[in-house]
Amino acid sequence: MLRGLEKSWRGPAGPVHAVRGIDVSIARGETVALLGPNGAGKSTTIDMILGLARPDEGSVTVLGRSPSEAVSEGLVGAMLQTGQLIRNLSVRELVAMAASLYARPMAVDDVLELVGLEAVAGQRTQKLSGGETQRVRFAVALIGDPELLILDEPTVAMDVEGRRAFWLSMRRLAAEGRTLLFATHYLDEADANADRAVLLARGSVVADGPTTEIKGRVGTRTIRATLPDVAVSELVALAGVQSGDRHGESISLVCSDSDRAIRELLERYEQTRDIEITGAGLEDAFLRLTGDVNEQEAPAP
Amino acid sequence: MRSLAYTRFELLRTFRERRLFIFAFGFPLILYYVIAAPNRHVTNLDGTGISLPLYYMTGLASFGTMMSMMSAGFRIAGERQAGWTRQLRITPLTTRSYLRAKVLTAYAMAAVSLGLLYIAGTTLGVTLPAATWLKMTGLIAVGLIPFAALGIALGHVLTVDSTGPATGGIVSLLAIVSGTWFPVHGFLHTVGQFVPSYWLVQAAHLSLHGSGWGTMGWLVVAAWTVVLGVIAAVAFARDTGRV
Repeated sequence: MLRGLEKSWRGPAGPVHAVRGIDVSIARGETVALLGPNGAGKSTTIDMILGLARPDEGSVTVLGRSPSEAVSEGLVGAMLQTGQLIRNLSVRELVAMAASLYARPMAVDDVLELVGLEAVAGQRTQKLSGGETQRVRFAVALIGDPELLILDEPTVAMDVEGRRAFWLSMRRLAAEGRTLLFATHYLDEADANADRAVLLARGSVVADGPTTEIKGRVGTRTIRATLPDVAVSELVALAGVQSGDRHGESISLVCSDSDRAIRELLERYEQTRDIEITGAGLEDAFLRLTGDVNEQEAPAP
Repeated sequence: MRSLAYTRFELLRTFRERRLFIFAFGFPLILYYVIAAPNRHVTNLDGTGISLPLYYMTGLASFGTMMSMMSAGFRIAGERQAGWTRQLRITPLTTRSYLRAKVLTAYAMAAVSLGLLYIAGTTLGVTLPAATWLKMTGLIAVGLIPFAALGIALGHVLTVDSTGPATGGIVSLLAIVSGTWFPVHGFLHTVGQFVPSYWLVQAAHLSLHGSGWGTMGWLVVAAWTVVLGVIAAVAFARDTGRV
């Protein structure tokens, strides 16, 4: 069980607060996405979980231990955001070298197969493509058979196919009961692969919950339909509708209460056809929630 | 023996770097032949009673091995820039195993460098009793300890771009003061006695006279070992941030 308790941290330049009072607890076996724009404090938070940075205040507990204990017992594996590979070793040798650091590593061949590197196992690390390099780094993070796997923007250099294969192997790892924490700014990845998302903005948690719940927190749904010959101003006047728009014969209404809005819409305009009601995407939620924080923190002119 | 596996891979990848052989091993060798080959018959250099090929063999041995030890700094700076050092920190690799691998790799390079210069020396007529070869090698090995620490410290403090000039500058300066290129007298000699590389050069010279380093030599080397060792340990411990 990983419990990240209160963590606050002052940047070296004094007033820069990379992380201000983050309080998150992750249960064993969960897959959690850490979302946030650049500079939100994702990497700093990860550094503290791994013991690479010390929080100024608060504490981090990883699997019931201090970060450094968890690391030295080989319980944590991580793929950091920045990182190239060291030169002059083959892929297999590099992974074997990493394996030699752990008491109970996974078999080198199993890991190479899991991340899809068998074909380039004999190649020197300096000859690999960006996507292959990322997969080697993934293999290095995995080789110690960690209970907690932390990945900081893991799919950045991968192509579409590589990304798909990567998430497939991640699901296998999650199914084995491992705890996975990944930082990303690809919202669709968080939506598709995480049980839960923690949204960071400016060093604070602005939302924490299942991705569906976070999307729900935005509270708006959009009704789209075909409805010619009705003025937008009439539609906006309906109960539950916030704003509306017309494109030719089709209309779209952003609703704070779509249930009421749809009832009124159908009562008054029976001719309404092709009705679609969609929830806000994670992206909308993300922009809304992180945007609020930015506004609050904007300095007075 | 897990930690020795790490050392083995470190050695493997270090010795696979071809440029290393040209610059770290080839350069001192070429320099030696350029200086000593035309003067191989000078038997009493500057009144020291030491033959020129022997003088420069020991001088370049100190220079070459010093460079070999300091080259740990280049490799560490490169690993830091690649983010590999941070990756290692999130594995169970202990600080002790990490430093041991770095020191042993540096010593392996120094051994190759030394061996090549010994062979080069013999080709120019240097002959010494077996006991003297051994004693000289032993003292050089001890004299290199502070440089292992210095290389590691520089590697954890400097960037890839600055380790080159820093190492080159430090080694060149130390080499002059220590009498690597020519015997030093007066003020330089006084200063020289307080730098560890002076005793590297002296390792061979004093072996000839059978008196070893003397208290002064052991003290200077021990003091530098402690000081630089502490600096290296602190530099490594503080070096956890992103580069």
